[in-house]
Amino acid sequence: MTLLDFARGPALAVSFAVFTFGVAWRVLFLVLLPWSRDRSVARGSAPSAVVGAVRGFARHLWPRKAFAGAARFTTVNGYVMHFGLAIAFFGFAPHILFLQSVFGVHWPNLPSGLVSVASVVTLVSLVLALGHRFVSPVLRLISTANDYFSWFVTALPVVSGLMAVSHLWAPYETLLAVHLLSVALLLIWFPFGKLMHAFLVFVTRSETAIHYSRRGTVL
Amino acid sequence: MTTVIDRNAATRKFLAHTEGHLATYLEGCLHCGLCAEACHFYVASRDPKHTPAYKLFPIAKAHRRNKFPLALLGLAPRVSAEDLQHWEELLFDSCTMCGRCTMACPMGIDIASIVGEARQAWVAAGLGPADLFAAADSSRDHGSPLGVTPEKLRERIEWIADEHEVEIPLDRPKADVLLTLSSVETMKYPDSVASMAKLLNHAGVSWTLSTKGYEATNFGYLAGKADIAKTMVQRIVAAAEGIGAKTVIIPECGHAFGVLRWSASNMIGRPLPFEVLHITEYLAQLKRAGKLHLKPLTEPITYHDPCQISRRGGATADARYLLQDFATDFHEMTPTGNENWCCGGGGGVQAIGRAANLRYQVFKLKMDQVEKSGAKTMVSACSNCRLTMDESKAHWKWDGGLASLVELIAEHLVEKPAS
Repeated sequence: MTLLDFARGPALAVSFAVFTFGVAWRVLFLVLLPWSRDRSVARGSAPSAVVGAVRGFARHLWPRKAFAGAARFTTVNGYVMHFGLAIAFFGFAPHILFLQSVFGVHWPNLPSGLVSVASVVTLVSLVLALGHRFVSPVLRLISTANDYFSWFVTALPVVSGLMAVSHLWAPYETLLAVHLLSVALLLIWFPFGKLMHAFLVFVTRSETAIHYSRRGTVL
Repeated sequence: MTTVIDRNAATRKFLAHTEGHLATYLEGCLHCGLCAEACHFYVASRDPKHTPAYKLFPIAKAHRRNKFPLALLGLAPRVSAEDLQHWEELLFDSCTMCGRCTMACPMGIDIASIVGEARQAWVAAGLGPADLFAAADSSRDHGSPLGVTPEKLRERIEWIADEHEVEIPLDRPKADVLLTLSSVETMKYPDSVASMAKLLNHAGVSWTLSTKGYEATNFGYLAGKADIAKTMVQRIVAAAEGIGAKTVIIPECGHAFGVLRWSASNMIGRPLPFEVLHITEYLAQLKRAGKLHLKPLTEPITYHDPCQISRRGGATADARYLLQDFATDFHEMTPTGNENWCCGGGGGVQAIGRAANLRYQVFKLKMDQVEKSGAKTMVSACSNCRLTMDESKAHWKWDGGLASLVELIAEHLVEKPAS
């Protein structure tokens, strides 16, 4: 079995299983905890929990005017990084072919030039995010190993993917294997680290929104 | 004397509160730091330790250690006595639980609610600010944080009624409305008590004060002493049930409104058998019903939104409604409403002597806001904000004015026009 066979086969299979069960376990763990019942009487004008949750979720998609200045870099850089990752992952033709072979679904790909630009922009935004974490006294104080490792496992597939398509420094098959192994590492780490925010954001925003929409306010 | 710090008791208390909503919050924090610039303590001090997310570290630590599989392996570090000592100032002196950081958090994490619960761990550990705890203990033992016993209340109310020539009913056997008081008002701002009485009498409301449940403030909640918090709530509930009140009015006090309106039923485990309204909400109802007749206030004023009434309480619009057509030279601050800067003394911080300098620094934000608004006077509807701001005003020798919304409205009452 070559390194590429291992990466394509057992490594991705095991990491995807860890990802799936890990995410399910963390979500179930939180859902099955005792959630206190709010006995206070909601305001008459309060929307339903679903409407409150959707409104609250949407409210946090962009900072309010009062915080816009201070939050501008983090917000814009964050969106650039997330959209860049999405374009690279879902728009790249080889990714789509691979996903089709596993899940049987496919969609039109984006031009590879656009995907390359998006990947480079994503990498730049990741570097800027890390630099900000090093430079800001607030971020230096509150950053933990989890934050840095989550950054590392996110950046690695972007770097290895760009290297693979550029055929840089090593044979293509080796670079592809490294790229797939970096994705496996991301999938394994995903449920246990900060990357889990991709799922938790729906819970935390909704929870706060429901709590305060009963009070007639949106936080 | 050496203080024994019970870190195990603190950890147990932390874990008792990491039920669904708090656990999700603790696991969801991205450490993005956006909450820092939303916090008046961080903005005033520029000290990174005042970052709201950092304040959650001890409870997150306890939660992490307790999680599977780390709990079985014992790999995660335990909360230490040093942690508790270091974070005491951050959880008590430099968090007013104002909720502004929640608005800035991209994950929508409600840090204020975690701080409110986490304070109980310091009580369990045997740590915490002595003066805040004394205020809570005094509430339990004497009826109020400032030692206003039922007898003292009776004397004080008689004096205020005489001084202001206003009828203030006390211990009426039956009434539709039970008015509660903040002892800050009873002892330091008696005009506020007289003003509420004048307004309720003017509108012909069936109301009373009660010596069985009169103290609106809840220092048990602020100090992290859940038993005292519940006792204070039960006194008001018993008094209201005794007179058959349909409505309990919270005076100009932010956290008192938050606790009784939004937390009390959860503390006593049943819905409250009456409606809870902040005095601004009640006055807005009277105005809508055409029962408030006011002459215009022409001085340039602005309105400071108390956090627990506006941002976390949902009563932002009613204060504006009261000011509409009444304050003819009204100026909004920037930011305002739900985004307003806190006074710096909520959440019990006002009662912590060692936090005074930090409060003064925070007040510079308010002075700057008022000066930029073009108003000469900052009006509020919270006596705790008012006390905090009065002390800070004196510290900085600020020449801006401070006033109570209820007092201003009472001063501008006119007799009902002849129909």
